[in-house]
Amino acid sequence: MSSREAILSAIRGIKLEPKPLPEIPEFGIQGEIEATFVQSILGNKGEVLSQAEFETWLTASNHPKLISRSTHFSDLSTISLPEDPHQLNDLDLAILDGQFGVAENGAIWLEDADLGLRVVPFIAEHLVIVLNKKNLVATMHQGYERIGSATSGFGVFIAGPSKTADIEQSLVVGAHGAKSLRVVLI
Amino acid sequence: MSHPENASEFLKDQAQAKWHDETLWFVRDKRDRISKTIPEWEDLRNLASQIKDNVLANLGPYLEQFEENAKKNGVQIHWAKDGEEHNRIVLDILKRHDCQAIVKSKSILTEECHLNPFLEKNGIDVVDTDLGERIVQLLHQPPSHIVLPAIHLKKGEISELFHEKLHTEKGNEDPAYLTQAARLHLREKFLGAKVALTGVNFGIAETGEFVVCTNEGNADMGVHLADVHVACMGIEKILPRRKDLGIFLRLLARSATGQPVTNYNSHFRSPAPGRELHIILVDNGRTAQLAREKFKNSLKCIRCGACMNTCPIYRRSGGFSYGSTVPGPIGSILSPGLDMKKHSTLPFASTLCGSCSDVCPVKINIHEQLYEWRQEITKAHGELGKGLSMWIAAGIFKSPLAYKISGSLMRKALKTLPDSLIYHPMNAWGKSRDLPEAPKESFQQWYQKNRS
Amino acid sequence: MISDSPKIGLFIPCYVDQFYPQVGVASLELLEKLGCKVSYPMGQTCCGQPLANSGYERDTAGATRHFIELFKDFDYVVAPSGSCVLHVKEHVPAIPGLENEQAKLHHKVFELTEFITDVLKVEKIEGKFPHRVGFHSSCHGQRGLRLSSSSELNQNPFNKAKKLLENLEGLEWVELSRTDECCGFGGTFSVTEEALSVRMGKDRLEDHAQHQTEILTGGDMSCIMHLQGIATRNKQPLKFLHIAEILNQAIS
Ligand code: SF4
Repeated sequence: MSSREAILSAIRGIKLEPKPLPEIPEFGIQGEIEATFVQSILGNKGEVLSQAEFETWLTASNHPKLISRSTHFSDLSTISLPEDPHQLNDLDLAILDGQFGVAENGAIWLEDADLGLRVVPFIAEHLVIVLNKKNLVATMHQGYERIGSATSGFGVFIAGPSKTADIEQSLVVGAHGAKSLRVVLI
Repeated sequence: MSHPENASEFLKDQAQAKWHDETLWFVRDKRDRISKTIPEWEDLRNLASQIKDNVLANLGPYLEQFEENAKKNGVQIHWAKDGEEHNRIVLDILKRHDCQAIVKSKSILTEECHLNPFLEKNGIDVVDTDLGERIVQLLHQPPSHIVLPAIHLKKGEISELFHEKLHTEKGNEDPAYLTQAARLHLREKFLGAKVALTGVNFGIAETGEFVVCTNEGNADMGVHLADVHVACMGIEKILPRRKDLGIFLRLLARSATGQPVTNYNSHFRSPAPGRELHIILVDNGRTAQLAREKFKNSLKCIRCGACMNTCPIYRRSGGFSYGSTVPGPIGSILSPGLDMKKHSTLPFASTLCGSCSDVCPVKINIHEQLYEWRQEITKAHGELGKGLSMWIAAGIFKSPLAYKISGSLMRKALKTLPDSLIYHPMNAWGKSRDLPEAPKESFQQWYQKNRS
Repeated sequence: MISDSPKIGLFIPCYVDQFYPQVGVASLELLEKLGCKVSYPMGQTCCGQPLANSGYERDTAGATRHFIELFKDFDYVVAPSGSCVLHVKEHVPAIPGLENEQAKLHHKVFELTEFITDVLKVEKIEGKFPHRVGFHSSCHGQRGLRLSSSSELNQNPFNKAKKLLENLEGLEWVELSRTDECCGFGGTFSVTEEALSVRMGKDRLEDHAQHQTEILTGGDMSCIMHLQGIATRNKQPLKFLHIAEILNQAIS
């Protein structure tokens, strides 16, 4: 007998009482959606910028290797997307469009099409996600409603810069992934 | 060594023990506070618990559905009855890709299967990439906590370790500095690994996708650079619907660390073009636990670690005192199912205070299961050896209430035990505690005199 | 207040009977002051809790049968101990032949403070107790019988003992840093895990000391016996009283 069969038949052999699958009610949030979202991102050690603030920041900073896949800032790329993700090791900045953001925790949803290469938001030293204010939802429940039955091969909720607290519980931003997250609300 | 011996050892360094308790209490407190910002918190716990009940009641069909969908998505599915088979499957995949070095993100399951030593024996260089896990790996230790693997270490110890292994400045204990050093060290490993291994937080039956949650981004760094992604998944990790993730992701990070969500919540559905994606579905004692009516609920666990942070025993005895892959309250109800003899003292490492059950996001009745395991363990006295039954009996007979009062009742129950044990003069109660003063008369005598 | 004076049986746990008779007396007098007709059936023994919690529930059938027979004819059974009440309600083996009595008894057994607040429906107790009182929530009372809200749950805070104490004239209620951390008694745990048990007890005492508790009280003498044992050994100047003693003193 294959292990598959062994496991499945072991389960079949157990008398299990039926248990109904509950429906999930609509849960919302108490506060205003945009303000809550901004608070969440700040709490996650990210920043929220307006388009103008972002543009000022970008001119003042120096990012030799930059990839922008945002439709709002399509001409900013200094390099094109390579075939091999390893070549992105020294990527300074990635600018991506997020599909929607979740107010209760600041999580922003991105899929393969938004990323180009899956490694982009992780390997970039700094990450900017551009989000339309219209695309903010209250909780993860509305988030998954938005995702629906989408069939992207990969999707990710990103909520802040990479961080760790593994040394004596002191929070350090910039573990393996992006050292900063800026969310541009348009 | 038994839990009490390990705990006494841990408590010898009083300052360290106090620090450990306070650090974990801080996490517990953060969890308490954030859970109270969600008015529907208890509803979410109820829903999560009901969804997991439904999963366990239909585990077979859900697994088949998951497999079918994952295959359609281009994922290769493997099944492993136990840890050994799981490890062999991993090694086969590595061999097929001629891979000598892998990166691995946090997976309690691979700890449970003892994958690292197995691969190392077979000449594979395994690098754990979660910072805490990397730290304990460099020290040749197992994680002491399922979410905070290096919580038993002070920054001085980590600084020394990094000085030796990563050549950081001697004496520099700044967590930011040490983290940056680890980032550079691990970046190289990420870039060099052909195969990346991850655990699985949730597998979705209706879509065949699975979700991995990290704060550091180490799982993603590994898998998106590697040619092959191997995901190791306990068969109980299934959720029926994609939308169930809404419930579980709201609960997981808040329960684990008191943050609103983990930073990276990656949903893997199909491999990137030209890459391979494998899922290994592992039993390793889970179907046996499912068959134990009183204990099957332990399989609802989502490994958030909240029961450890809240446990007054865990906080004061440390993860290693349990001597099991999963420590703390949940470990104490899972481990006896795997090896009752080895873990026989764990269900007794509790006051049955119930804090674990109240904190658990999927409402596992942990402390009631601890109570039930005690009943099972005493039934197996014969097999477990005299030492254990003597130890338990000593507990009963040496506490003042029993010692003085209920002797006859309990002696009848345990008539096999020698009187010398029952009346042993070295009473563990009295080592650091006074006995209550004996009153002139009992209440019964008073009542007889004054009221009847 | 309940009408046509129901029969109330006083259930005095064995260690209270032997070590703390004054707690039994206080419980009896307190209930009488609140207008109850109380009697104490003679021949009470240990309810079997230490055995059951040690994994020998199956060997407590004798004690359980005895308990049912002693108390089955009462309208209510009241005990000054959360943990013994929890045991006789939740952790006793089924007794063949007494199924009905056992099922009925289940709903008739109450811990003292919950009996006063929930059955007698006493809203507040008039009296005087000019002391700084720290309350130890016993886990079995709190999370087992839900005598107070637990810090882990998102629920409205409540505490049945506090409700009875807080109106006493002059009483200062101590807010602890950790409101409901276990004291480490845990029955046989206090002996089998001696080192941990004592550490936990010391930590609780420290919390009380830091908040200037003058009198430490609670609903379970077993926790208090453990805490008092440590405090006495370390010559900590803390007084210990069962909540029944405080309420009984305050009313008179
Ligand atoms: S038993 Fe509950 S609290 Fe403990 S780790 Fe599992 S899910 Fe978290």
